[in-house]
Amino acid sequence: MTRQMTGAKMVVQALKDQGVDVVFGYPGGAVLPIYDEIFQQNGIRHILVRHEQGAVHAAEGYARATGKPGVCLVTSGPGATNAVTGLTDALLDSIPIVVLTGQVPTFMIGSDAFQEADTVGITRSCTKHNWLVKDTERLPHVLHEAFHVATSGRPGPVLVDIPKDVQFASATYTPPKQVRTSHYAPRVKGDMDAITELVEALETAKRPVFYTGGGVINSGPGASQLLRELVDATGFPITSTLMGLGAYPASGQKWLGMLGMHGLYEANMAMHDCDLMINIGARFDDRITGRIDAFSPNSKKAHIDIDPSSINKVIRVDIPIVGDVGHVLEDLLKVWKARGRKTNREGLAKWWAQIEEWRKVDCLAFKQNGPAIKPQYALQRLEELTKGHDRYICTEVGQHQMWAAQYLGFEEPNRWMTSGGLGTMGYGFPASIGVQMAHPDALVINVAGEASWLMNMQEMGTAVQFRLPVKQFILNNERLGMVRQWQELLHGERYSHSWSEALPDFVKLAEAFGAKGIICSDPADLDDAIMEMINHDGPVIFDCLVEKHENCFPMIPSGAPHNKMLLGEASTKDAIGSSGAVLV
Amino acid sequence: MSALQIKKGSSKHSAYNLRPNFSDTQERHTLAVLVDNEAGVLARVIGLFSARGYNIESLTVAEVDHASGLSRITVVTTGTPQVIEQIKAQLGRIVPVHDVHDLTVEGPSVERELALLKVAGDGDKRVEALRLADIFRANVVDSTLQSFVFEITGTPEKIDAFADLMRPLGLVEVARTGVAALSRGA
Ligand SMILES: Cc1ncc(C[n+]2csc(CCOP(=O)(O)OP(=O)(O)O)c2C)c(N)n1
Ligand SMILES: [Mg+2]
Repeated sequence: MTRQMTGAKMVVQALKDQGVDVVFGYPGGAVLPIYDEIFQQNGIRHILVRHEQGAVHAAEGYARATGKPGVCLVTSGPGATNAVTGLTDALLDSIPIVVLTGQVPTFMIGSDAFQEADTVGITRSCTKHNWLVKDTERLPHVLHEAFHVATSGRPGPVLVDIPKDVQFASATYTPPKQVRTSHYAPRVKGDMDAITELVEALETAKRPVFYTGGGVINSGPGASQLLRELVDATGFPITSTLMGLGAYPASGQKWLGMLGMHGLYEANMAMHDCDLMINIGARFDDRITGRIDAFSPNSKKAHIDIDPSSINKVIRVDIPIVGDVGHVLEDLLKVWKARGRKTNREGLAKWWAQIEEWRKVDCLAFKQNGPAIKPQYALQRLEELTKGHDRYICTEVGQHQMWAAQYLGFEEPNRWMTSGGLGTMGYGFPASIGVQMAHPDALVINVAGEASWLMNMQEMGTAVQFRLPVKQFILNNERLGMVRQWQELLHGERYSHSWSEALPDFVKLAEAFGAKGIICSDPADLDDAIMEMINHDGPVIFDCLVEKHENCFPMIPSGAPHNKMLLGEASTKDAIGSSGAVLV
Repeated sequence: MSALQIKKGSSKHSAYNLRPNFSDTQERHTLAVLVDNEAGVLARVIGLFSARGYNIESLTVAEVDHASGLSRITVVTTGTPQVIEQIKAQLGRIVPVHDVHDLTVEGPSVERELALLKVAGDGDKRVEALRLADIFRANVVDSTLQSFVFEITGTPEKIDAFADLMRPLGLVEVARTGVAALSRGA
């Protein structure tokens, strides 16, 4: 059905036709016509955030917890510029979001009008694609195309900039089905010759390892299912990046734990010593590879990725397969089964024996001694007490984030939202709001550092207003802990500006917003306090005072290869050479 | 063959076909990039090169198919084989990009550039400039008693050579279009 309507009405109609049920936004002059339309309908819920950055992270959280695109609506100028960090975050983590910005009317563009910013110019390099719509006639097409681009191929953020006169003017609305499909259609099926080559490698490998990433999650729940089937049928060990946690269950037998800079000993050693590396939807990020020229020196490498530009970007691979993880794994399993489900059993048995040796190092072991709560202990208790729940975990960025990845177990995809690529402090709290909107009855916990959490603390207002019972579990070490750790290792223990001073009283802060605050500093009280947080029907700020100088291990120091991991305080002396010190 | 005289065998999804044989030698490649003729598309392409630190030796752009609204961007770039592969893959990722062709590897191609050169002088130098222009098959498109403007088409090397010869004869200004290129044959 095509109808005449205003541009503003088209926006709301297009969102409905795209199946959007919630929009995170903040009004302003340049989007008033759209807000007027939102006021006059009930189908779409609008969540009023307290800062546009919060809107974008909330949309990211929503997208990651549902697999559906998240949607934001913000005004021109400062509204758009405040969205930039979130857009960049979504670009680096390949999260599908659609950001709609208001713009000054077309006839004022270029005049330095009030709240004018060159939004498409500013966001060109932090979106997958963006559009400035100068004609209401084109608006329906662009809006539908925006959803198509955000969600197909490698997902990512898109932005549609809509001048105010375009919102007021009327034209014919076209629903998604009648819109001419765009040429943009990335390939999803993998090349069968390459897949067969990989199967041959699977059949003979003596020391294989699956190295999986966010691409598995992005490919959908079906891809995680296929991955589980492949891992369990082959009996190969599997590790994952920070982004891919949950695609294979943490309780699974073949699970080695996360790899990378703060990954597990057994995972990194397996990557270093393997003879076949099967990268599924990961991108050889520098947090993973460590020193490039010493990265897994003796392995044949296969790489499955939907983005051709990921192939050979950092690490030269032997078997590149461009395609969607789900599609490729389906074909891979088919071919492997048809050829008789072969693996090198003898080699695998030896390989697993070696892995068991590495596991004995027990790299995550710690001692909860002394009067202060160790952050690792806090997370271990949190894991224990929340495991059975319908649980979603977000994080901020820093040591607490790495500890959360190490000490919490993820059994399902889409249960773990963390800023991986950009490492954005201030991500977790708004993301938790987005997740809770998607899953109102679930237990949504943001594992935070006190410094990160303050970066978007204004969103307490959003949580309270919309009765979103998000739990803010702050591991408060009164330090920019991760910065401090690097200063200890790299800068002669000169702790330049890496502590949190003048911190608020988090309990009073919670109460000031009309929420619940809990403080805990004694390990003996921790379980009860966590239970109190879980059982409270409403948002909670949990101020967990932890050991202030705990460092996060294992750690691959900058410029070092995987087999040169630091396992604890004793091994840190002169660990980073001058060539490593320039790396971030 | 499309209306744009571009051969099949696009390199857009080339990661599989082009097995790496990486070396550290710098190569010069001419890429033809077919894009939707929409606002900002050139900024996207140029922004990609600057953001990722790739070289641009020359870049030309113009609409080539009005009916379907397609423009053709010809980029001459240099880099190691790995970098060239990355450039092509990254270009292929840009949403309004339809196709990326590496004319340097997809068979023989012709490359032409147009330049205008202003040469001022009198006496023997003026005569010599005219004589050389004749040898290079450059046309005089403007003349005064003190100056000529020559128009020359050819490969970038030919234009370089002509400009070098004109320099001692009073070259004052050069305007070049950058390279346009097409594959040879049907
Ligand atoms: C927006 C932003 N600014 C700066 C940084 C650099 N940075 C990384 S971790 C960190 C410290 C985080 O402190 P906190 O949130 O308390 O976490 P902790 O490491 O103490 O667990 C900083 C400043 C960043 N990642 N993001
Ligand atoms: Mg801290």
